Amino acid sequence: MTQPFPFSAIVGQEEMKLAIILTAIDQSIGGVLVFGDRGTGKSTAVRALAALLPPITAVVGCPVNSPDKESMPDWVKLDSFDTAEKQTPVVDLPLGVSEDRVTGALDIEKALTKGEKAFEPGLLASANRGFLYIDEVNLLEDHIVDLLLDVAQSGENLVEREGLSIRHPARFVLVGSGNPEEGELRPQLLDRFGLSLDVGSPKDIDTRIEVIRRRDAYENDYNAFMKLWTAEDATIRDQIVTARKQLALLAVTDDVLRDVAELCLALGSDGLRGELTLLKAARAYAAWLCAKEITRDHVKTVAPMALRHRLRRDPLDDAGSTARVDRVLEDVLN
Amino acid sequence: MSLIRPWDRALLCLKLLEIDPTLGGIVIASRSSPVRDRLLRHLPKSTRRIHGQMDDTALFGGMDVTSTLSKGAVVMTSGIAVNDDPLLLTMAERTPNERAVRLVSETDSILYVLDESTEDEDLLPPVFTEQLAFHIDLKDLSLSDARSMPAEVVPSDTISTDQAIELFAQTSATLGITSLRAPSFALKTARALARLDGRSEITQDDANTAAMLVFAHRTTRLPEFEPEPEEPEAPAEPKQNPQNEIVPEDMMIEAVKMLLPNDVLLFLNGTSRTGKGRGAGRVRKSNRRGRPKPSRKGNPDSQTRLDVIATLRSAAPMQGLRANAARRTAIQIRSSDLHVKQFEEKSDRLIIFVVDASGSSAVGRLAEAKGAVEYLLADAYARRDHVALVAFRGEAAELLLPPTRSLVQTKRRLASLPGGGGTPLASGIEQGLMQAISGQRKGMTPVICILTDGRANIARDGSPDRQAAAQDAKDMAKQIRGLGFDSIVIDTGNRPEPQLRTLSSIMDACYISLPRANASGISKAVSSAIAD
Repeated sequence: MTQPFPFSAIVGQEEMKLAIILTAIDQSIGGVLVFGDRGTGKSTAVRALAALLPPITAVVGCPVNSPDKESMPDWVKLDSFDTAEKQTPVVDLPLGVSEDRVTGALDIEKALTKGEKAFEPGLLASANRGFLYIDEVNLLEDHIVDLLLDVAQSGENLVEREGLSIRHPARFVLVGSGNPEEGELRPQLLDRFGLSLDVGSPKDIDTRIEVIRRRDAYENDYNAFMKLWTAEDATIRDQIVTARKQLALLAVTDDVLRDVAELCLALGSDGLRGELTLLKAARAYAAWLCAKEITRDHVKTVAPMALRHRLRRDPLDDAGSTARVDRVLEDVLN
Repeated sequence: MSLIRPWDRALLCLKLLEIDPTLGGIVIASRSSPVRDRLLRHLPKSTRRIHGQMDDTALFGGMDVTSTLSKGAVVMTSGIAVNDDPLLLTMAERTPNERAVRLVSETDSILYVLDESTEDEDLLPPVFTEQLAFHIDLKDLSLSDARSMPAEVVPSDTISTDQAIELFAQTSATLGITSLRAPSFALKTARALARLDGRSEITQDDANTAAMLVFAHRTTRLPEFEPEPEEPEAPAEPKQNPQNEIVPEDMMIEAVKMLLPNDVLLFLNGTSRTGKGRGAGRVRKSNRRGRPKPSRKGNPDSQTRLDVIATLRSAAPMQGLRANAARRTAIQIRSSDLHVKQFEEKSDRLIIFVVDASGSSAVGRLAEAKGAVEYLLADAYARRDHVALVAFRGEAAELLLPPTRSLVQTKRRLASLPGGGGTPLASGIEQGLMQAISGQRKGMTPVICILTDGRANIARDGSPDRQAAAQDAKDMAKQIRGLGFDSIVIDTGNRPEPQLRTLSSIMDACYISLPRANASGISKAVSSAIAD
């Protein structure tokens, strides 16, 4: 099977790459939303994410990737409880997917052929402890969005239908991409994403040339290309593992907390989720740089991606939110 | 090369696709015609014909319910789209967006997409144009054009891959093509062209042809050209450049320029390429949510849900017979027992604002009308309505924004709407009506909201004739009534205009005289008028 285009081989788009790395370091940041034009490498970057993630340990054959026997839902019947390492799941949620497929439903196959009432786990189960990727997230139908919001909030998927009463953990990181010109994202869902980005096509010719050159090499000289870049990806993965360990050691100083709070206050972001995400993102960034402590610079770098989509806004206000964040950053943190 | 005739271009594309299937496919814009039929004869023999509404199991595979039930063991079918046969998608403009995305992303086979839309209809799902390399328009060809006339082969110089890449990157940027898929496609096309000729190296000629095939329909902006009217017919002579060092970039652009469609301006103003929020404007299937309705017989697929109770109820009376026949103790269900759930759902509402931006209105209360629309927009946002924006002034009406949910865009277009000129009321209503019809076709419920001061003075043909203008407006109003669209007329004049009241009664519209009040007053009035 062909591997997806390697992450490290993506040219430019530094902010997007950083955001993806930060979520890989600290999954509790809460995922990334990438908005941008077509053909800017959004999907490529997200699909490359899987290769960056350190493996998880899970019970073999468990549909919800439980780490051990105790945390397995009671409806899962397995003969052995051996655990093994497996890749962190990155699950695609396709457009037009049915509700049954997302939440899981009565296993029709078994119901019809054997007359058994069994539960067939859905995408939310497979995405547990991993990532759930929605391409064209703004085109997702409203009732699926409602469902995702609910599950993302509670971390648990509850199925009550067709005589089934099933619950299982569904803690996943939402990763979405989309083209804003095709429709807007509901604010509630927007708020669920930790970091958000606006990507554009590279304007400068040399970058464009490099992009095409690498894409061409990937398609025509696959083996050599992968050999070169898989090693790079592995380096990033190792750095991510190191950074994860580093996370716990990083102390949060009062100064940083004050900066974060002032920033969010000045921007008028709703709720406290902005502060928390910003703090976590700054911490992940400091860990990524192997810094000893979180500094103002770290906060500054990640502030736009953590706050840009949280500004309280009039739906009709068209001033760029990136510009607003930048302006406030200048004012507050100097 | 440089100017390959459309027919030959189409044939060339088909050949290239067979050489390199990763080019994705081709969009063939044409209604059913002898020319198209002749072209389709050139498709590979194994091509399977599909359409956008086929159910998921047929396309992408799944459980074969009928045989599963009769055999008592799971029988899976493989979908048409998963084996590698080329696919011919008919009536692609009717394909729902998410289906289009899935088709393009989940199959490796070549897609021949037939776009049968007329100009005023909704466009093809944008993913086809973006992710398939080629686009051919056969609309203006007659059978006599559909003859192959091989272009003479002019020897041309070999260029390196790096040069080609640089060239494509440069050209696509100049033509305002932001997506980087385009230059990648161009490179592949150039390679395929070389292979078609049995060469291993790309020549300048290949590069030019590739650029023409891939870039022409994606162009959003024309570079500043020196107009060269004296030699548009002469094919650009490939430069005999012995050093191979400087790649003539102008030539590539020349080639593309010659191919650009006549209505390129339509593309350039961005309305057709980017402004079209096809997004959520699709037909709502009524089998997923909403008020439950009695279930019906049918096989469950990804779009529908099995109604277990109804299925069992249907199977129950037969159990005695079936158990004897099959000597099995489990419940015996046949595919004829299966019932799927149905729901009744209200379709999305589309509010079409038809705004009078004429001189009389501008001096009067255009600002207030804008305010009213903005206020309504905020309301529409809350209700998840779609909005479209039509303005009329001068001699004709203009569609400022096709149906979209993007309010930021609507607001932007509205803010930049200038005022002045005559009042072509009839054209405005006509444009609004057309939007309503196409919106209804997409499964939305359109509401036409006309804001005007009602003094129509430009007839539909653009002539300044007050009498004809009034008559035309009345005719259009009759149309609205005939088609049964809900409509609202907001009189923005300083004092109520009797003519407008007549007009609104013709179209059976709710008439509101814009009071000398704030925008929220109007909004309330409209909301209550169109409330269910």
